[in-house]
Amino acid sequence: MTENLTKVYVAADNIVSPLGFTSADNFECLKKMQTGVRLLEHSNISSEPVYASVIDNDKLNTAFSKLNISEAYTRLEKMIILSVTDALNQNKNIDITSDKALLVFSSTKGNIDLLNEEEGKKFDKKRVYLWETANVIARYFKNSNQPIVVSNACISGVLAIILGKRLLEEKRYDTILVIGADSMTHFVVSGFQSFKAVSNEIAKPYDASRNGISLGEGCGTIILTNNEAKVIKTKTKISVKGGASSNDANHISGPSRTGDGLLLAIEKTLKESNLKPSEVDFISGHGTATLFNDDMESLAITNAKLDKVPMNSLKSYFGHTLGAAGVIESIVGIHSMKENVLIGTYNFDTLGVTAPINIIKETKISGVNNCLKTAAGFGGCNAAVLFQKMEAAN
Amino acid sequence: MADVMLQFYFRKWKQQINMSNSNYITSVCSVKNGNISINNKIDFTNTENSSAVDFLKSAYSHYQLNYPKFYKMDSLCKLAFITSEILLKTNRITEKYNQEDIAIIIANSASSLEIDTEHQKAISNKENYFPSPAVFVYTLPNILIGEIAIRNKIKGENTFFIFDKFDADFMSTYINSLLNRNKATSCIAGWVDFYENNYEAFLYTVESQHEGFGIEHTNEQLNKLYTNNA
Repeated sequence: MTENLTKVYVAADNIVSPLGFTSADNFECLKKMQTGVRLLEHSNISSEPVYASVIDNDKLNTAFSKLNISEAYTRLEKMIILSVTDALNQNKNIDITSDKALLVFSSTKGNIDLLNEEEGKKFDKKRVYLWETANVIARYFKNSNQPIVVSNACISGVLAIILGKRLLEEKRYDTILVIGADSMTHFVVSGFQSFKAVSNEIAKPYDASRNGISLGEGCGTIILTNNEAKVIKTKTKISVKGGASSNDANHISGPSRTGDGLLLAIEKTLKESNLKPSEVDFISGHGTATLFNDDMESLAITNAKLDKVPMNSLKSYFGHTLGAAGVIESIVGIHSMKENVLIGTYNFDTLGVTAPINIIKETKISGVNNCLKTAAGFGGCNAAVLFQKMEAAN
Repeated sequence: MADVMLQFYFRKWKQQINMSNSNYITSVCSVKNGNISINNKIDFTNTENSSAVDFLKSAYSHYQLNYPKFYKMDSLCKLAFITSEILLKTNRITEKYNQEDIAIIIANSASSLEIDTEHQKAISNKENYFPSPAVFVYTLPNILIGEIAIRNKIKGENTFFIFDKFDADFMSTYINSLLNRNKATSCIAGWVDFYENNYEAFLYTVESQHEGFGIEHTNEQLNKLYTNNA
């Protein structure tokens, strides 16, 4: 009785990561369980060897040079321009220059490497502001609406998708490009290292021997629309059914011990989606591979009566891509729904979390109609979003 | 179940008598240029301080905000904390609504650049390399939402936005949609910005009832209120 009549559809998507520069290339690697995380012995992001998922500079610049752009863009902006360009190429019904199209940009640190004196010299001082990064992208794609920037730690990407759905329900816009991006910087790596939160091997989500995160970089783009005619006619359509955020109100840098906050976001999401827990077919978890996060998640999932639902974490493939994570991981979930393939959790061997949950070990074929994506982050924030598959009648 | 049905009919009835789905700004607090205003009236002034942080400390003791965690916070969170404390003392929405249904939607321009610069300095010098977890944890703007949530046990929707300038149109549209679509019963909203010794906070409460301060939460009214407080 509370169901909203406006439906929000996924019209196109892209992932730019070390695994490839299209969603299809990324999904092929994931199916084969190939990871983008590797050991960097010498790098400008860390004073000591570190495991991370980093895009090769030459590959990025080669791909970018094909766009024949003369202006200077930062590494992060190059990833974004490549990602959005590819997503737009997937669907010619989308007109990004229309005044009914809006950019929603999700990032935690944007062009933060410009605070470094040497890097900073190359660009105008205001380029380090997140709103300016978003403006640069909007100008490049000739979109005249002021972009909306979400910067809410590691739930930013999921929040941006929820925001996109809600704004489309208000009908001022008919198309929203949700862009999630963060790049690997010395700034971020040194911070997580000071927390002693970085793993000394590739992250092992939900595993008994997990000992921290692997960091990563990338960009994900999801184009959402409330106009069904803009969705390319294929066998399946994916819609965003519901989503919610919450706060633990407990601690700024540690997750809740009970999982109550994430549970609340999941319950609100299922209620809006008109779904019972038993109707969820797959959970794309947050799974950072820190001790506390994965324990907290297992409690929230169990208390939401979702403990039997197959669940994975992609942090051992992409690393933790911060503001991009929610978008990139949602796109993989969308492709799992389209192809009926669930991706195994790379580097997961023995379950080692507080409450027993159903972690997918090896990639397998399985029908998926309802996919729940969850996230949690610093500041005590949690978010969940639900994607639903609809088989076309024809 | 009867409860749910009752709530449903109540909402329907409310929508019928109130087709415009109006929401109201029920209290406001602003902190800027050495002045603290509550509901448009200056309540505290201290222009003697040379630095923004000194001013915030003087406000903290003036309002007797006894909260030891305050001293651990970075400047951006200190500013947010003081403003939210005064706002929620003026209008105790946490006593009126379920904690799971109160939203916090705040924006700024500089994100956490003030403390980001400090972290960057700590890692720039290879001979004097000391990144600190106590600093790094504040290099995300939404930490200030976390601090407000912890202090007041608020668990509802929370999002931090970044805009060049305060965007009354977006804030009013989005927050009204949260209230009208039952995603929240009330909201703590506004702007908290701190960078290079410039600071500006403007926080307000939104409710669906015409209470207290009682200005309609529309783009025009919100813009006017913000400009008056700026």
